[in-house]
Amino acid sequence: MTKAPPVPLLVGDRRSDGRRPDEVRPIEVEIGVVTNADGSAVVSYGRTRVVAAVYGPKEAHPRHLALPDKAIMRVRYHMAPFSTKDERKNPAPSRREIEISRVLREALEPSVFLEHFPRSLIDVFLEVVQADGSTRAASLTAASLALADAGIPMRDLVIGVSVGLINGTIAVDLNSLEDQYGEGDLPIGIMPNLGHITLFQLDGSWTRDRLVEAVRLAYRAVGEIYGIAREALKKRYFEAVQEAT
Amino acid sequence: MPRYVVPRQLVYPGDPIATTDYEVSGPVYIDNGRYRSWCLGLVEVKDEKTINVVPLEGTYRPKVGDTVIGYITDVLAIGWELDVRAPFSAYLSVHDAVLKPIDLESVDLTTLLNIGDMVVARITDIDVTREHPISVTIKESNLGRLEGGTLVEISPVKVPRVIGKKGSMIGVLSMLRCEIIVGQNGRIFVKCGDVRDEAFLASVIRRIERESHTTGLTDRIKETILKYLSERGHQ
Repeated sequence: MTKAPPVPLLVGDRRSDGRRPDEVRPIEVEIGVVTNADGSAVVSYGRTRVVAAVYGPKEAHPRHLALPDKAIMRVRYHMAPFSTKDERKNPAPSRREIEISRVLREALEPSVFLEHFPRSLIDVFLEVVQADGSTRAASLTAASLALADAGIPMRDLVIGVSVGLINGTIAVDLNSLEDQYGEGDLPIGIMPNLGHITLFQLDGSWTRDRLVEAVRLAYRAVGEIYGIAREALKKRYFEAVQEAT
Repeated sequence: MPRYVVPRQLVYPGDPIATTDYEVSGPVYIDNGRYRSWCLGLVEVKDEKTINVVPLEGTYRPKVGDTVIGYITDVLAIGWELDVRAPFSAYLSVHDAVLKPIDLESVDLTTLLNIGDMVVARITDIDVTREHPISVTIKESNLGRLEGGTLVEISPVKVPRVIGKKGSMIGVLSMLRCEIIVGQNGRIFVKCGDVRDEAFLASVIRRIERESHTTGLTDRIKETILKYLSERGHQ
């Protein structure tokens, strides 16, 4: 089975990086970082850092991919070769990255009004520049903020967060150590205004009560991250005003 | 029934605006009896029962009747393909481009319009089942090929701000006595007697885009232009 972690994951109510189980890492959000793109964002969950760039809606090429009644969305999740700590990651898209790309696309699609743009294509690029656990959750937040920055009609933002089980305790926003040695992992994507869940993956074995508690914690963490995301979107507009007046 | 917003409030995608007994216009959708915003926007409360949401970000959505500025991207057998910043390509047929019938066997279409040429056109039809969903014409007054000048690209949702309420902003801009053509797709063509005026006007338009959501912008722009004009007068 899994080896013992190099440091204890939980001592009392402190995790290996000094957080409490229900505490998220410091969240940083900046909008409009890729000026070539129609919309972009960079999101950090602690040391995990993801850049998202959105292009479109544009004409769908190759043509046969286009749908007659709605836009198609293409999501590319990719980890930079320098993003991991020990070994250089092979830059070729791995099985895992292809799968996460699809999972993220399916988590974003319910939030976007794809039917407003028949026959078009929306490209979403996600580049993990530094990976320290919860990369898909951070990617989801970054993608949704980049879509909002691009002005693509959305029902709501989608905020991602992971909840996990470490030494039998439910903890939010796992880092890579907890992800590797913990007993369970639950990445979840939530539309905070509507309260809907768009991403729900789970591994490990959870009791019903723990799962309910985990989802409750996820909603709380998402609320916190959503507040920071809103501030970042606001900052993009209201800094310009201060310069002007 | 409740209204969830205050005047000039910034709303985010998914934020509730008001219940459906209000009249809400702009980038909004109805969910469970409530209007919600679908993008980043600013709230304008018109009166008791009407609210307007002004989008801060957005893409160009072509509508029939729009005046747009496009680039020729391809010369086809009996027409041209245009890029008008929409998610679809636009088509200008020879029929909609020339006043007199021409002999297509002897006339080379590139002598009329070639790749890279800029035209002001009006959208006459949109049909997504066609290969080129947007049809445009340049066979009206004020439409046609553009020569010289400077093109400024801004976000299409900021176009109403460049025009202003009842054309107030465009009135201020025309103090420079330049030719200004505003395309609904966010492309603005400016042509002045003096190239320096063009560069100045382009910077003013970009400033309008950047500060579109602030109050008293028209007055500030007017001040800037008057200052520029008086400085230029001294030279």
